[in-house]
Amino acid sequence: MLTLTCPYCGIAAEETELQPGGEAHLKRFGPGSSDAEFEAYLFARRNPKGVHFERWRHAYGCGKWFMAARDTATLQVYGTYKAQTPFPTPEIVAAIQHRHPQWRPDFDATSPTPTSAPEGLTQ
Amino acid sequence: MAEALATISQVQDRGMIQIRADLAQAGDAIAEAAGLALPEQGRITTDGNRSLGWMSPDELLLVLPLAETAEALAVLQDALATEHALVLDVSDMRAMFRIQGARALDVLAKLCPADLAAMPDDGLRRTRAAQAACGIWREPGGYALIGFRSVADYLRAILAGAAAPGTGLDPR
Amino acid sequence: MTQTGPFRLPRGGRLIDRAYQLPFRFDGRQMRGVAGDTLASALLANGQLMMGRSFKYHRPRGPIASGAEEPNALLGLGQGGRFEPNQRATTTPLVGGMVTASQNAWPSLNADIGAVNNWLYRFFPAGFYYKTFMHPRPFWKHVFEPIIRRSAGLGKAPTEADPDKYEQAYAHVDVVVVGGGIAGLTAARDAGRDGKSVWLVEQTPHFGGRTPTDHADGQSRVDALLAELRGMENVTLRRATQATGLYDHGYLLVRESLADHDPNAGIPRQRLWRIRAGHVVVATGALERPLSFAGNDVPGVMLASALRDYIDLYGVAPGRRIVVVTNNDDAYRTALAALDAGLKVVAVIDARSTADGALPAAVRARGLRVLTGSAIAGIKGGHAVEAVKICAHSGSGQVTETVDADCVAMSGGWSPVVHLWSHCGGKLNWSDAQTMFAPDPSRPPTGADGNAMASCAGAAAGDLLAAELTGAQAESALMPVWVMPAHATRKMKFKMWLDFQNDVKVSDVELAAQEGYHSVEHTKRYTTLGMATDQGKVSNINGLAVLSKALNQPIPATGTTTFRPPYTPLTLGAIAAEARGETFLPLRKTPMHGWHEAQGAFFEPVGHWRRPYCYPKGGESHGDAVAREIRAVRASVGTLDASTLGKIIVKGPDAGKFLDMMYTGMMSSLPIGKCRYGLICNENGFLIDDGVAARLSDDTWLVHTTTGGAERMHGHFEDWLQCEWWDWKVWTANVTEQWAQVAVVGPKARMLLERLGGMDLSAEALPFMGWAEGQVAGIPARVYRISFSGELSFEVAVPANRGLELWEKLHEAGRDLDVTPYGTEAMHVMRAEKGFIMIGDETDGTVIPQDLGMSWAISKKKSDYIGKRAQERSHMTDPGRWKLVGLESLDGRVLPDGVYAVDEGVNANGQRKVQGRVTSTYLSPTLDRPIAMGLVRHGPQRMGEVLEFPAGGQDSYKARIVDPVFYDKEGSRANG
Ligand SMILES: [Zn+2]
Repeated sequence: MLTLTCPYCGIAAEETELQPGGEAHLKRFGPGSSDAEFEAYLFARRNPKGVHFERWRHAYGCGKWFMAARDTATLQVYGTYKAQTPFPTPEIVAAIQHRHPQWRPDFDATSPTPTSAPEGLTQ
Repeated sequence: MAEALATISQVQDRGMIQIRADLAQAGDAIAEAAGLALPEQGRITTDGNRSLGWMSPDELLLVLPLAETAEALAVLQDALATEHALVLDVSDMRAMFRIQGARALDVLAKLCPADLAAMPDDGLRRTRAAQAACGIWREPGGYALIGFRSVADYLRAILAGAAAPGTGLDPR
Repeated sequence: MTQTGPFRLPRGGRLIDRAYQLPFRFDGRQMRGVAGDTLASALLANGQLMMGRSFKYHRPRGPIASGAEEPNALLGLGQGGRFEPNQRATTTPLVGGMVTASQNAWPSLNADIGAVNNWLYRFFPAGFYYKTFMHPRPFWKHVFEPIIRRSAGLGKAPTEADPDKYEQAYAHVDVVVVGGGIAGLTAARDAGRDGKSVWLVEQTPHFGGRTPTDHADGQSRVDALLAELRGMENVTLRRATQATGLYDHGYLLVRESLADHDPNAGIPRQRLWRIRAGHVVVATGALERPLSFAGNDVPGVMLASALRDYIDLYGVAPGRRIVVVTNNDDAYRTALAALDAGLKVVAVIDARSTADGALPAAVRARGLRVLTGSAIAGIKGGHAVEAVKICAHSGSGQVTETVDADCVAMSGGWSPVVHLWSHCGGKLNWSDAQTMFAPDPSRPPTGADGNAMASCAGAAAGDLLAAELTGAQAESALMPVWVMPAHATRKMKFKMWLDFQNDVKVSDVELAAQEGYHSVEHTKRYTTLGMATDQGKVSNINGLAVLSKALNQPIPATGTTTFRPPYTPLTLGAIAAEARGETFLPLRKTPMHGWHEAQGAFFEPVGHWRRPYCYPKGGESHGDAVAREIRAVRASVGTLDASTLGKIIVKGPDAGKFLDMMYTGMMSSLPIGKCRYGLICNENGFLIDDGVAARLSDDTWLVHTTTGGAERMHGHFEDWLQCEWWDWKVWTANVTEQWAQVAVVGPKARMLLERLGGMDLSAEALPFMGWAEGQVAGIPARVYRISFSGELSFEVAVPANRGLELWEKLHEAGRDLDVTPYGTEAMHVMRAEKGFIMIGDETDGTVIPQDLGMSWAISKKKSDYIGKRAQERSHMTDPGRWKLVGLESLDGRVLPDGVYAVDEGVNANGQRKVQGRVTSTYLSPTLDRPIAMGLVRHGPQRMGEVLEFPAGGQDSYKARIVDPVFYDKEGSRANG
């Protein structure tokens, strides 16, 4: 049972106080998108053994959604950050690389919005 | 039979006002209208019979005598008229309990996963009590706990159960 | 001291107080123990060596251990609601008046009919169940199954509710040390000196572990540590408290025994601690392994450490003529303890060719026979040990000597207790030198920071002697012995038990290997090795070694099975704690709940709410009550407690834009003062909620959700606001419980409300789908003119604290109008009469609004809303989708709910094809005939067609496809 620190209220909440929300940093595709784009948005989710970016809501608390960068195998938490963050922050990336020096982000954090479908982030 | 760990009583005379706003922008106006200092993250400020609790980065809860609620609501709404803000009377949707006594913390430790022993004196912690959402802060002699009114019976029952005589958490 | 049993030693017993005698019953016989006894020590003192029958073969069994690892001595405790099966006698403190019973034996422990299985062992080999299930089928059904059903199972499930109370508690601790032996005490002291908050939990009622028994000055070492620990304010010591599992991020479950088997204590029986530990020190010691020789399960054969414990801790001698058999030095301690207690030690049989350490030397010095290079070839005796047959260990079991004995103390070495370490991913290394798996400190279970969240100390870490702490002298190396003697015959292996509780023998594991089971996990399931309630605490390593040998590979190549929590079984009561009876769930009650109860309402659960289903009067059936309520509403006026409907405030400059994204329809264009019905879909396009939105002001809407949908929809709104459109200026608030809401419904609804006064509710002032604010009966109110029944209807919302007042005033003022409270079933029937859909009936998470003929509620003007893109997918626009229609039963019977309409032909699985299903079905009191709705392929284009709905067996229903609006098609009644 995980403990994650809510970046909005600073509380280390345990899993029973949280609501899981699946993979983070998905880009929404709406009307006008191709079938392939929409399918990837709606259904294609990564399930890595290792670094994963997730959405959690501090449900029994401040009610805010936040992101957690977590290792699904070791349960290490590299950090949590606010939901209004288009990409994992440089601090998060550094924390991941501290543990996994070979890990490289494959998103372009200088871009104002996510530029690609969920495939943008892989270990 | 020993005494209960704490006295559980339901509080009926408190009003509550929910305020949602950009606190960085509207904080001063709220503090002035509420008559209380703006609480820091995770804290509650108290002066006399009024308290102002930090519920989330954009939400505050003003707890005050029920009789003062209508006027405070109007004052707050007036003060925030030009802001993007939401001010609501939520007095009726909550149930409030007092847990009083030297072992009040034991009662809450049986129900809440939060580390309430580590909560600062002026802390406000939102968590759950068994299966129901709640908010908790300290009061002289114990704690105040608020939850939703529909589960008041449930909250009363689990608090009373956790306070059963002879069930203190000290090692035996 | 014969009162407390013929096998109680005249002196000794570190844990007992002979001054306090405790009577108890075992299988109806009155016995006596003393304070401090476990049930096992008390039974042994009374000469009751045999405590049960084994699971499969019903072999007589006595305890082999003295602690939590015991596989055999499982008893049924207590009576009635407090009866509890499978309780370990070795860890159950004796309580005066206790009623205990052996298990798995009929008609009695001594003459058990099931023991015939013992002679049929050739028919119950490894994989028996698998093989028998495969073939021949009739043999299984008619021969094996009836026998197995009668004789299988350990103990019996209690039939009454558990009258005891249980509780849970949370704790947040820097360091939790598990195990109160010398290593745990030392670890706790060290952490305590560092100023950390420390808990030390010990599963038994005593601190010290094995040290006081095994080492000359052990007790004083323990006492010194305890004295220091008790002086530390930051250290908490808990006895009778067992850590049962270690989970993610230092989450440790710990069971504290408060009043086990003491129902008069008036406090919870057990407390389950849910601890968040910064670090866990696993100081859980080690468990001794049995030796696999023929007859190693006969009562009287036990672990050498257990015999030592019974003598030293409880002053009990399980036997008077003792044989010690070992492959290590440690067991010599048992010989010394037995001698000190005045017992006869016949011989020490040591499989090693030499035994010249300090302990063997001390034993020899006492004049004992030490037979090196020797082994046990077999045990004479069935219900108890009568004699021991001795042979050379290197041979195949040729008996060289037979000695009279009534007790055998065996030791095959020790295994660190690594369960907690392993529960959450800690890895193990095999040590050839010590023949054991021990924790690998370089591969620990990791916590949130990625570092070790647990470490091991003392014997649990593989330091079996813990010489630094105990002062023990070095011991000679042990010799691995997995089968005794080394070249035992096949016949002998049929009598060598590995898993005592599940009756798995060396022969079974060898057979499994021979049959191709190479994976330890597969072998475990095939043979059931280690799958009993003891989870193979004493059997796993021996089984693993036998399997490895059979596969001709080293033990680490075979690997271990998974260690799973709990360490010992947890009571369901402790897991449930307060979640039982009245507080099983947080039941939600409206402000009028008490009134409904007083009126004898029959409640139904809707989410966690309890809503009146109907209000039966006198001896009225529920069906009659519902019909009466509907007729009253349609004829005059009724009231529905609608407080449970979700109410969410949405406010801000972008609120209209936001609601247009949330709803399929247009909410931004709703005029102030008006209401509009709306549908909410998820991003998959499926309909998830519906309700009426009211525009309160330029920038504020109040939206209603379904009962039980409030939290979900509020969460849905917040999700999109926080995570997608966080720059939109919108606040939401779930104010569901701030308001009590009453639907006042029926042709005389207006008349009734006007009697209460305060507001102009005329059709001109408040037209259909409008709302107004004012006072009703002097209570501040918001009145919505909306209708879910087709009748003239006002939903009156007042502050929750005044809901009951409004409700009572309505009933008082409308007495002459026959104002009738109605429940959810009447509401459901009336909406179905009108062809209105219900979320959860007409929808099931796969239905889109277009399926329900609700395209009118979908804005064509909007470029986007949640679900719009999904509704453009080819599957969603397929004209073959099932669509909403009315269904008219042909023979006047009400269609069963959920039945399917069959089509011609069969599908690939040979099942009849289907073309539709019933979603709502009722007897309409208004029309006095059955009505139903359903989803049917091409339904709306097939008006008048008759469908067939098989309903099981020969029964079948026929119904005609009709318009779903059964009543008041023009919709004139809502206008009053
Ligand atoms: Zn939070």
